[in-house]
Amino acid sequence: MSSTASVKALFVTGVIALCALMPLIAQAAGQPYYVDLFMRMMIWAIAAVSLNLILGYGGMISFGHAVYLGVGAYTVGICAYHEIESAWIQWPLALGFSALVALAFGVVSLRTRGVYFIMITMALAQMLYFLAVSAEEYGSDDGLIIYVRSFFGSRIYDLDEPLHLYYTIFVVLVGSLVLTKRLVESRFGMVIRGARSNEKRMEAMGFSIYRYRLVCFVIAGVLCGMAGILSANVEKFVSPDMMYWTKSGELIFMVVLGGMGTVFGPVFGAVVFWLLSELLSRLTEHWHLIFGPFLVLVVLFARGGLDGLLARIGARDD
Amino acid sequence: MDWILLAEQGLNGLQLGALLFLIAAGLTLTFGIMDFVNLAHGSLYMLGAFVGATFMLWTGSFFAGILLALPLMFVIGALLEMTVVRSLYQRHHLDHVLATFGLILFFNELVQVVWPLDGLNVPFPARFDGTVELAFGIEYSAFRLMIIAVGLLVAVSLWVLVAKTRAGMLIRAGASNRKMVSALGVNIRLLFSLVFGIGAVLAGLAGMLVTPVLGATSGMGEQIIILAFVVIVIGGIGSVRGAFIAAVVTGLVDTLGRSFLDVLLLAFLPANAAEAAGPALSSMLIYLFMATVLFLRPQGLFPPRGG
Amino acid sequence: MIRHVVVAVSATAMWATAAVADSIKIGFVTTLTTPAAVIGNDMRDGVELALEHIGGKMGPLDVEIIYGDDEFNPQKGKQATERLVKQDQVDIVAGYIWSNVLLASANTVLDAGKILISANAGPSQLAGEGCHKNYFNISWQNDQTPMALGKVLNEKGVKSLYVIAPNYAAGKNMVAGVERTYLGNIVGKDMTKWPDQIDWAAELSKVKAAAPEAVFIFYPGKHGPAFISQYKQAGLEGKIPLYSVYTLDSISLPRFQQAAMEGVMGTMMTQFWAPDLPNEQNKRFVADFKKKHGRYPSFYAAQSYDSIFFIKSAVEAVQGDLGNVDGMRAALEKADFPSVRGEFTMGPNHYPIQNFYSREVVVDEEGNWTTAVRDVVLKNHQDPYAADCKMR
Repeated sequence: MSSTASVKALFVTGVIALCALMPLIAQAAGQPYYVDLFMRMMIWAIAAVSLNLILGYGGMISFGHAVYLGVGAYTVGICAYHEIESAWIQWPLALGFSALVALAFGVVSLRTRGVYFIMITMALAQMLYFLAVSAEEYGSDDGLIIYVRSFFGSRIYDLDEPLHLYYTIFVVLVGSLVLTKRLVESRFGMVIRGARSNEKRMEAMGFSIYRYRLVCFVIAGVLCGMAGILSANVEKFVSPDMMYWTKSGELIFMVVLGGMGTVFGPVFGAVVFWLLSELLSRLTEHWHLIFGPFLVLVVLFARGGLDGLLARIGARDD
Repeated sequence: MDWILLAEQGLNGLQLGALLFLIAAGLTLTFGIMDFVNLAHGSLYMLGAFVGATFMLWTGSFFAGILLALPLMFVIGALLEMTVVRSLYQRHHLDHVLATFGLILFFNELVQVVWPLDGLNVPFPARFDGTVELAFGIEYSAFRLMIIAVGLLVAVSLWVLVAKTRAGMLIRAGASNRKMVSALGVNIRLLFSLVFGIGAVLAGLAGMLVTPVLGATSGMGEQIIILAFVVIVIGGIGSVRGAFIAAVVTGLVDTLGRSFLDVLLLAFLPANAAEAAGPALSSMLIYLFMATVLFLRPQGLFPPRGG
Repeated sequence: MIRHVVVAVSATAMWATAAVADSIKIGFVTTLTTPAAVIGNDMRDGVELALEHIGGKMGPLDVEIIYGDDEFNPQKGKQATERLVKQDQVDIVAGYIWSNVLLASANTVLDAGKILISANAGPSQLAGEGCHKNYFNISWQNDQTPMALGKVLNEKGVKSLYVIAPNYAAGKNMVAGVERTYLGNIVGKDMTKWPDQIDWAAELSKVKAAAPEAVFIFYPGKHGPAFISQYKQAGLEGKIPLYSVYTLDSISLPRFQQAAMEGVMGTMMTQFWAPDLPNEQNKRFVADFKKKHGRYPSFYAAQSYDSIFFIKSAVEAVQGDLGNVDGMRAALEKADFPSVRGEFTMGPNHYPIQNFYSREVVVDEEGNWTTAVRDVVLKNHQDPYAADCKMR
């Protein structure tokens, strides 16, 4: 038992430590570029963690989850455009919109099942995408430049300082993991997970699956909206293609690669996905020739994703 | 009301519907019988365009090119089924989606390596290059009329295959109850390869038909696959008849929407707003339509399964 | 003892190299993957030819070019820019095909105090209110080329026009540009879904019903050939003249030729440059490009070629002292270098003030399809956003 836990725990600790210490490592090695890379990676990890709640634990295959990145980021961007730069207004507004959109989309989609659910979530996300593209005032698909980061009104905590921004993202990431763990081990989480494997039984036990799923959907949407807020602050730019359906596909892949329905899986997935794309793209221009089959192989052979792989390595030591 | 314009747009809608049907038919069969979600079906459409265009340029004839390319598409489809697809039948839909997503990436890159980077272009077949005078003074593209005719021909042939032949009976049975068919001792593996191959041929044919119009380019599958999924969802998964009707309706809705929506909006909104809202709404129109259909009939219009 | 000497020597060496560099590193961001890479490859070919022509040196410095791939995506483009600025530590950043990639990446370069040169994208945001002292554009501003086309339409006496363009920022800019100068009546406008829509059956039927005197389109990349072949299929070729911007160029014309689409012969468009402009720099550029690559250069390649000479003029002005950014900037503002477009000046908002020509599709002596200049439509034209620029 302890062997299983230890290999995986080693990797978990390793990744968390790497993320925590990266700014210092990067400074020592004179490679500031890695700070930006890791910030982006962690933001995607947060988005993947949020998707894991509904996909990994809840079994809801949403092909439109990336839309909340857009909602969060665009709220910050549009506020900044109208010279509302205070984070105290922007952030609650962005989270609020994410919740509203998730509620609206959830109400419509959760009545369907299987591939119909996939199609509906994709269609709804595409509609918001087209809406952003037609919003000429906010750049359409040229995107919107954000000149000033969210401002907290304090000189001690300033997002323009790379370290402050970096550790804000880090704290949100860790927080999202803690949230996931608490949520799935709670009664709420049990219902969601139970519904994934046997819906009829949960209904028979008296739970309104629809309501539980809707709440889960909204929580996931808000968390992803938070990732969007952070993305707007890192990139100082927002554009509609953040919401395109292929982005949602990439998120799904990260969750599956890392191991669905595990706390740390999505983080593994995001890290490997990002590092792999960085590495491969430097090798050859035609890296999709390798990446594509890699995806196929992962699906065919890596049951339980990286998380499962690590668990199995540990188990073999017993 | 410009009746000639309306009639023309109607024909345009039918033509789009014919293409959508060719693609959706294979997709709905694969999904209905093998329960396999094939995102890479659009890649088969693209491969058909490239393979077809290559033969067209080589033989100098549009139709000879198609005749040579179709059997090759069947082989490609069958090979794909036997290698990748077969190992995924037992898996969850999500695995299908991800694996075929990977295939899309691979094929998109492959065509850029094997063929010129920005694709291939072929000339129109001489006999169909130009317009035809129809009734009431409507002048319409001969080539597009040919596409409509091909679509109808395929629809009828498929109907004959599915409704009147033994293989078709097996296909219908497989669509409603796969396990039973297998239990009855039918060679399921052969059936599945056959169905997948037919789907590849149909999708490839659609790709070949559009090469003079659109050219063969990497990524052309992504644009059409979403529409194809919308069509099969509306039509009811597994139903060829549903796919046909849904394809025609989708083609008409999309075309008529694009043509008349801005005019319609001008009745309610000031010119500026109508101009901005028009394109946005017509992009969303098909999705709104699908959402409405699913809301009223969650299983689509003609689901093959009884219960 | 020895260790101290080694440290001292290497410290001196570092100080020495910091004071006077022996090479200049230029980061060039373009699209090198996805089908849009045809444009990126053309730009790269333009850059490489320029390097050959300058013998790999700018003033006393050797030139090192590091390419970044934006993968046709703003976020990836920004990341590539970051890598160039922060990791490769380039001295100047140039390139950028797409407006949205440029807008996403500009901050990264400008915040680091480095000079940014756009070799294609001409967004209005950076020409007017968003102008910046270290940002230069060596191509044009999006609105200008269609403004020239509007004037051509007026000169040809076109009274009614039907407009079809894709519904994204560049498409809207093009339409807005034509609307600025065209005096006739726009009888129909269709903004189509980009990049999804490649079948214009519905729109072409509307054109037939509206019966305008001319049709104006903007469809870059693979959409161009698709539209024009459908135009012919709808029976409009030869009946209603077609005018375009950025749709027919040296990249797409060979494809038209492959598909034997005779219909493009004689169509008119506008641009700031054409392969047959009669100045010495252009003649050498086009001749050597054709010899090396077996095809005509496109305007993308021409702009990229110019960007190298542009940077060279700045490096030579400061005699290789790259630390003197103010000096380089002053030289760039003078834009005193031989350009393939002929004589031009740099505007106060760092966008060129230049001529725009009408061009027609023709066959050259060797049977290749290309474009030829007909007339000067706009002389020494400045983009309409310059007045909004209060240079920071």
